[in-house]
Amino acid sequence: MSRFPNRLNNRAEGSARPRAESEAPAQGGGRALPGLSAGRNILLAVSLTALGAGPVAAEKFGLGRPALPEEIAAWDLDVASDGTGLPAGSGDVFTGEEVFAEKCAVCHGDFAEGVGNWPKLAGGQGTLDHEDPLKTVGSYWPYLSTTWDYVNRSMPFGNAQSLTPDEVYAIVAYILYSNDLVDDEFVLSDETFLEVELPNADGFILDDRQEAEKHFWNPEPCMENCKDSVEITMRAMVLDVTPEEEGAEAAAETPAGAPAGDAAPVQDAAAEQPAEEPVQTAAVLDPELVAQGEKTFKKCKACHQVGDGAKSKTGPVLNGIVGAPAGHAEGFRYSKAMAAAAEDGLVWTEAELAAFLAKPKSYMKGTKMSFAGLKKDSDIEAVIAYLQSYSQ
Amino acid sequence: MSDDAKSLAPSRRQFLTGAAAAGAGAVAAGAARAAAPDPLITEVQDWASGLGEGVDATPYGLPIKYESDVVRRNVEWLTADTISSINFTPIHALDGTITPQGCAFERHHSGAIELRKEDYRLMINGLVGTPLVFTYEDLERFPRENRVYFCECAANSGMEWAGAQLNGAQFTHGMIHNMEYSGVSLRTLLEEAGVKPEGKWVYVEGADASSNGRSIPLEKAMDDVLVAFKANGEALRKEHGYPVRLVVPGWEGNMWIKWLRRVEGVDQPVESREGTSKYTDTLANGISRKWTWEMDAKSVVTSPSPQAPIKHGAGPLVITGLAWSGRGAVTGVDVSLDGGKNWTEARLAAPGTDKALTRFYLDINWDGSEMLLQSRAKDSSGYVQPTKAQLREVRGLNSIYHNNAIQTWWVKANGEAENVEVS
Repeated sequence: MSRFPNRLNNRAEGSARPRAESEAPAQGGGRALPGLSAGRNILLAVSLTALGAGPVAAEKFGLGRPALPEEIAAWDLDVASDGTGLPAGSGDVFTGEEVFAEKCAVCHGDFAEGVGNWPKLAGGQGTLDHEDPLKTVGSYWPYLSTTWDYVNRSMPFGNAQSLTPDEVYAIVAYILYSNDLVDDEFVLSDETFLEVELPNADGFILDDRQEAEKHFWNPEPCMENCKDSVEITMRAMVLDVTPEEEGAEAAAETPAGAPAGDAAPVQDAAAEQPAEEPVQTAAVLDPELVAQGEKTFKKCKACHQVGDGAKSKTGPVLNGIVGAPAGHAEGFRYSKAMAAAAEDGLVWTEAELAAFLAKPKSYMKGTKMSFAGLKKDSDIEAVIAYLQSYSQ
Repeated sequence: MSDDAKSLAPSRRQFLTGAAAAGAGAVAAGAARAAAPDPLITEVQDWASGLGEGVDATPYGLPIKYESDVVRRNVEWLTADTISSINFTPIHALDGTITPQGCAFERHHSGAIELRKEDYRLMINGLVGTPLVFTYEDLERFPRENRVYFCECAANSGMEWAGAQLNGAQFTHGMIHNMEYSGVSLRTLLEEAGVKPEGKWVYVEGADASSNGRSIPLEKAMDDVLVAFKANGEALRKEHGYPVRLVVPGWEGNMWIKWLRRVEGVDQPVESREGTSKYTDTLANGISRKWTWEMDAKSVVTSPSPQAPIKHGAGPLVITGLAWSGRGAVTGVDVSLDGGKNWTEARLAAPGTDKALTRFYLDINWDGSEMLLQSRAKDSSGYVQPTKAQLREVRGLNSIYHNNAIQTWWVKANGEAENVEVS
């Protein structure tokens, strides 16, 4: 970083920027800085005085406003690898197991082993030099702060920033336990945090391409007779994992060399196919309400699909859900609570759905649905109308 | 289309059927004489007689329906869910260098959010004289810059490490786009807040639920990084970070934070998930490289390619592709027709510019025989795009990221092309 002050000084000298610091009026209200508040002026003056004429004294425009401490506290949540930024709190492995089962296991599995293509959080130690390394918190992540920070700010998927610090400590403790890195008595807290060292902490080097790959800097590469023979050693067609081309297929079917005009009718037919429309089960549905529901449904889309070709993902497929018996999606692994409710004959009437969507966790203790609920009745009504617009 | 125009359709179609058969015979002969007059010329076509659409039929236009196959595509098996996923730019069907926003690849970690300009706030805090909050309007009042840069995902070509896998330039090389950005230099904003030199890094993060964040050395942040709000002249599209994204020229796309909400001066890097567990390159011995920010010089022939086969037979053929480097400007591109035995310098459509896509052409008279098409980019730092074998020799097969190896298309005599590897 030694270039840093130089760079700024150079800029200050050679800059053609519109307003250098020396040109700015010392007090606000001048031509160049209209609308600058007196309060901001004082702050500027203080910071400039304190920092002298060094690199920070580059030109100022007097735009923006000072951030309030409450605002910084609300957004500045990142945690450094030395633990800077961690809030006070703690959580043990057992609590973590419970919270994890409720809020994380739907994607990451009960034992952090991962469901489907969702990330595996445990296992894989000793595989990094293997053919197909398994990279998890235990086998790969260098810093525990990263896990804490990520869980705290970005998880659960679709309901980020809903966990308390204690819950985050507990979840992270459980992830460590799942990786056999702590025993079941372990309590993770801001005080014990630095006691934990992850196995792959020393598994990283800084980018060394300019040394290790120095031979790629070769201004005069071979142009003629660069090798004796060329053989095809591998073909993509053999693997056959490329997605099908729908549009292009139609084009490819056009006989080679046909006049350009001939391709048009072929593609015309494809382009003019009517767009898929939701099948209306009840003619009484208010289209505006359905449209509003479609917007609200974005909150649900992380886990649920509805419509033509919809499948169960993190949550069950919702085609025909309104009026259906609970647990209707075949092959979906429901929570014990939901399975029990289905046995008891729960039917998703509009009233039951509305109650569930308002407060999922209170309505059904133990549901996998890690969603806080829809606060507005109008949103609930709209989403139900939207779901109703898709029959089986 | 008017009723009058419609009545012309049947006769037009009859003639077209005949013309297709006549045209097929003429393929190999190149500039052969037409067997019969072309009805597209001799008959009055409906578009030459009836009327087209009026202005305002589409207040904001989309490509004509005949181009409906030129779209972003996703490889479903790559990720668990489209909300945290990636798709690919249809580079096989584009020309020039600027990528239209509507078909420029998307990468989201928790979906593309809808954030109004009015609700947008950018905070600069940490090691600065005065932590500041800017509104969108504030950003518009700083001196503005216009720059063209490519943005490439570090995982572009990442599925090709172990072998030729995906059959199409869109899928092997489509995690890239190139746009003209308008915005404010990050340096200007950091200076406005009075950045302190002891802050050797900035941590940048987005406003979406993934709060994607990366640490960037202050030296880079003060150099060419932009806080952009327009791309190709129009507002950023939702999927590209509307209303404000970070542009980190030449460096991996993950650092180009969308929906940018905070820049923090820090004295040590924040070791975020994206900068440690992801976007680090594991070598054969299990040790991983980190902070591999620059995207090395790379190129690909976009046509002919598996999705853009040769349909016209032997004769004049335009071979074209894209080249770029995160370490500077592209200075030249070599093209090989024989799998890397012999190379010919291609023609650059325009001189390469710093950290932006360069279009190259090689105009040949194709004799109709098989080709093993390759391209090789060279940049202003003296770097030459390596072969896959050279890359594997240093890095093994597990790096996932930063695969900038030379690509081979096997073009067959019938004009079809396939993604292959050669010795």
